[in-house]
Amino acid sequence: MPANATLNPVPGALARFQDAFECALLAPDSAPAAELAALTKQPAFAVYHNTIMKGCIDALQANYPAVTRLVGEEWFRTAASVYVRQAPPTHPMLLEYGASFADFLTGFEPAAELTYLPDVARLDRYWTEAHAAPDDKLLDPASVAGLAPDVLASTILRPHAATRWAWFSNSPIYTIWSRNRTDETAGDEIKWKPEGALLARPRDVVQWITIDAGGCAFLDACAKGCSLGAAANAALETKIDIDLVRLMSTLFAAGAFSEISFQPKCMEGHQ
Amino acid sequence: MTTVLTAGLGLKPQHYAAALACPADGLWFEVHPENYMVTGGPRLAWLESIRARHPVSLHGVALSLAADAKPDAAHLARLRELARRIEPELVSEHLAWSTWRGVYHPDLLPFPRTEAALERIADNVSITQETLQRRIAIENPSHYLHIKDHARDEIDFLTELVRRTGCGLLLDVNNVYVSARNLGFSAESYIDAFPGDAVMEIHLAGHTPDPTLGDKLLIDSHDAPIAPAVWALYTRLIARIGVRPTLIERDDNLPDFATLYSECEHAAGLLRSPLRRAA
Repeated sequence: MPANATLNPVPGALARFQDAFECALLAPDSAPAAELAALTKQPAFAVYHNTIMKGCIDALQANYPAVTRLVGEEWFRTAASVYVRQAPPTHPMLLEYGASFADFLTGFEPAAELTYLPDVARLDRYWTEAHAAPDDKLLDPASVAGLAPDVLASTILRPHAATRWAWFSNSPIYTIWSRNRTDETAGDEIKWKPEGALLARPRDVVQWITIDAGGCAFLDACAKGCSLGAAANAALETKIDIDLVRLMSTLFAAGAFSEISFQPKCMEGHQ
Repeated sequence: MTTVLTAGLGLKPQHYAAALACPADGLWFEVHPENYMVTGGPRLAWLESIRARHPVSLHGVALSLAADAKPDAAHLARLRELARRIEPELVSEHLAWSTWRGVYHPDLLPFPRTEAALERIADNVSITQETLQRRIAIENPSHYLHIKDHARDEIDFLTELVRRTGCGLLLDVNNVYVSARNLGFSAESYIDAFPGDAVMEIHLAGHTPDPTLGDKLLIDSHDAPIAPAVWALYTRLIARIGVRPTLIERDDNLPDFATLYSECEHAAGLLRSPLRRAA
């Protein structure tokens, strides 16, 4: 037995068959391995290739409905077929398939002029993450309302496991995404301005609202484990005229937080 | 006393509300566990609500038992967790592979039925049954390709798998019809020779001709009503082996719940028929 046999075992006939079959599936235009030629020349071999491609594209389309609605199904499925070849699924939970699709769109030449498309894809992805996130406690705003002011400033608000947010400094991604996520017919003309989005799943259903840059900075600080005082400073640094009381009441109403604690994890002023 | 399942339906998200409201006694539902392997949220809540009112079966499509590798430990652990949560009446998988060297191909892929393949699959079925602490049923997939390296025919292979592992079988009658037409064997002979005692579940589904090759190549598409020829094979099967849990599968081109339910009632009627009891 060669010295390296245990490190690099010679694959058995079944493994060799699977290597060759997979190769023929992923690169149908290149010459198949000799033992597989008798299979790939049968017209029925295409059934497997087509079924797999359709399964992957269907999954991606289901996960990116706003992108699909924006570009149309035909354009989407063509782009998706390129993506599937570059990044086939690595596990069978297809609800999670397409994590890198937004980044793919950023470099996808035919989408170069649709500068908003990758960020719309990011919000579709956030919806999926919020939908499938672990169940979590939902913070009762009353538990914060009763705290003394000095205690309040050192309280930490932990975002709910399903909460996702992002600030888009170049374009009205929230408006574009939310109009295309639902079957909303064209509303008012979209005003080209920066926008933020907050997605939350306080109970069963994923819900979303728009938030400003200060709100996103506040949530970023909370996610790092900063105290409410430090999170408020972060929000004020981002947006000098922010109404903190209103911001917190909006976030509480949206179900953005899970629970409170009193041990800050981040250095005050260095978030 | 354990429940005796008769006719059931594949559960689709579009039909959750209608399925939950359906008062039918004895109706059961089947899902692909891969669609419910989430850590929380409404999907699991929906499935748990259905489970509270109806028996549920977990029909896996991704354990990749026929790959020349052990089942993915993380996937198997997720399946065990879902089974713990849902307490399914039945758990099944396919005589096929779909995951290979870290890539998942959403299909049920063929392989040469050799002795080495039988050993590997028997090991994988045993690992799965030990992990889940239950007997699982293995389904005959649809075939499209002539593979010359088979050492055993499918029934012989499945029979030996049952003998070695104690697993049960899931007989998909539509897959038999599609494979028989595509590969040129007798569907009736296959149905008659299938080891009836091992059958834990039966599947019925629709198929369609290939868009380019037409009737020369049938596709197991699950996007059409069950064909009369498949109903005839089913009637022949249950006349021989008796009542078994029978699932109506539909995954694409979905009609409303009532239309699917009428196919389910048709199967239930055949399971009750005097002709079958007299046989």
